[in-house]
Amino acid sequence: MTKKIVAENVCKMFTSTNGPIYAVKDFNLTVDEGRFVSIVGPSGCGKSTFLRMLAGLIRPSSGKIVITPGADPHKPLNNVVFQEYAIFPWKTVLDNVAFGLQMRGVPLKERKAIALDWIERVGLAKFANYYPHQISGGMKQRVSIARALANDPEVLLMDEPLGALDAQTRNILQEQLLKIWEETRKTVIYITHSIEEAVLLSDQVILMTAHPGTYKTSFDITIPRPRDLKTTGTPEFAALSYAIWESLRSEVVAAMEAQS
Amino acid sequence: MKNKLNCTQQVLAWAGGLIVFNVIYLAFRLWFAYFLIGVLVNFILIVILADQGAKLVPTHRRHTYERALAVLFPVLLLLGWEATVNAGILNPRWFPPPSKILSALWDITISYDKFNKTSLLGRPWLIPEVYANKGFEGVKALFEESHLWATLYRVFVGFIIGSVPGILLGVVMGMSRAVRAMLDSILSAVYVLPKIAIFPIMMLVFADPFGEGPKIAVIAISAFFLVTINTMAGVAGVDPVYLEAGRNYGANPWQMFRHVIIPGALPVIFSGLRLALGTALIVVVAIEFVRARKGIGFLTLYYWEVMVPEKMYAGLVLVMLLGVILTAGLQWFESLVMPWQRGRSTNN
Repeated sequence: MTKKIVAENVCKMFTSTNGPIYAVKDFNLTVDEGRFVSIVGPSGCGKSTFLRMLAGLIRPSSGKIVITPGADPHKPLNNVVFQEYAIFPWKTVLDNVAFGLQMRGVPLKERKAIALDWIERVGLAKFANYYPHQISGGMKQRVSIARALANDPEVLLMDEPLGALDAQTRNILQEQLLKIWEETRKTVIYITHSIEEAVLLSDQVILMTAHPGTYKTSFDITIPRPRDLKTTGTPEFAALSYAIWESLRSEVVAAMEAQS
Repeated sequence: MKNKLNCTQQVLAWAGGLIVFNVIYLAFRLWFAYFLIGVLVNFILIVILADQGAKLVPTHRRHTYERALAVLFPVLLLLGWEATVNAGILNPRWFPPPSKILSALWDITISYDKFNKTSLLGRPWLIPEVYANKGFEGVKALFEESHLWATLYRVFVGFIIGSVPGILLGVVMGMSRAVRAMLDSILSAVYVLPKIAIFPIMMLVFADPFGEGPKIAVIAISAFFLVTINTMAGVAGVDPVYLEAGRNYGANPWQMFRHVIIPGALPVIFSGLRLALGTALIVVVAIEFVRARKGIGFLTLYYWEVMVPEKMYAGLVLVMLLGVILTAGLQWFESLVMPWQRGRSTNN
């Protein structure tokens, strides 16, 4: 296995009136190619900040992040599925999904074919020519996921992609994500605060502590694939979820106390 | 059922009140002495009647009812105006009745003013004959005698000359904090200046102080500032998450501009354009009052000078029509440029 992502001693510091505050401190992470890794932690623990550093949207204060390029140098290193979707209201579903390809100069016919394929795979074939304001939140997030996958990045970064959705829509999308990931086997970093979601989707779940946000512990999820929502009913799933919760609980309590 | 009966009775009571009030007012000839009180009481009674009447209308007919009110009330107002003038209550010298204004409008549409050598539309019905006799030059002369064409030309050219650089500067200011810091105070200072006040300066600057140059320049400048400030706000206000998405998906600066920043700012840019168009209309009328031999503003003021009030009012109607038509044109352009906004207001 090649190491796809290596993060060494990554720190992100913000200055405040009370001196420097570490959003992320000495975070180390190594992810092998083709692994689905979730990062779970109490809210405000800096997991989204870490993802944004991986994406290159903000620079770490110190430390280093390397994403290994693949065989094709034209392929983008990473693409983000944003929590707030961030699909462009002024573009149709089709143009949104084709956006990354268009920026890379892929010819119209080719990018349209690729985009349509992904739109179909996320079940939006009928809505290709709709504008975002005409579709629901769950559909918008599927557009956002299709946009990332159509661009075929080396690493897919997902920042609480299902966080804003209702529980039932979320279940449907979790199943869709499982299916698509099991077909593509892309390297994924997945930020969530739902332990069940992390266990269901991932090969590995990493826990973060709060204040400062840093690595706490990691769980390997060995539940066999293919998985679906039925997996959540197995004793294995319940035991793992509970073990993770046990480990996380003290951090959540600490985070709540720090905020009050 | 009982409730409905009560409502009906109430509506009938208010309607009866309205009739009784007007009969008393007419019988005792109170309209002459207490005109404004009469109008006010009538207005209040009609408002109550319309509001109470809504309760009688079934829910699925509400929309039709409101539509009808929107049409009927203005019509009632015009009829009331007409009636009060004909009854000798309002002085027709200051408030000519709507029917007279309408016929005056028709009159200035079809006639040619020999004294000013102008007409409203440039007598388009003469075009075939003039073209046959004098060719293209003759048709041009017809256009040049038109009030409407003169005003439209000033508004349109001034609006374009002001808006295009306004959008460009606004984009630069929206994207660069340094440029914004440098120009913001100047812009806010000039923004509050009534633009008509720079008309004398423009008459000095241009070689022909009485020509089109200074007029168009003032309109362009007033459009420029409004469009610049709105474009700046629109560009600076694009949600940062879209900028991040653009960057993350590999947009270069030009692609960022073309695919993210401009479409994101367009709604605010267009609200600036709408404001600028409205201001351009105000400014063009003001300028034509001050110094012009043609134009709707000139026409209106001219009929004040020669004391033909119904034609003065016709001038006002023309300015209103111009405003409505130009705004509709801009809206059409807007829906052309921003297809994703179509039907949005009705959905949300």
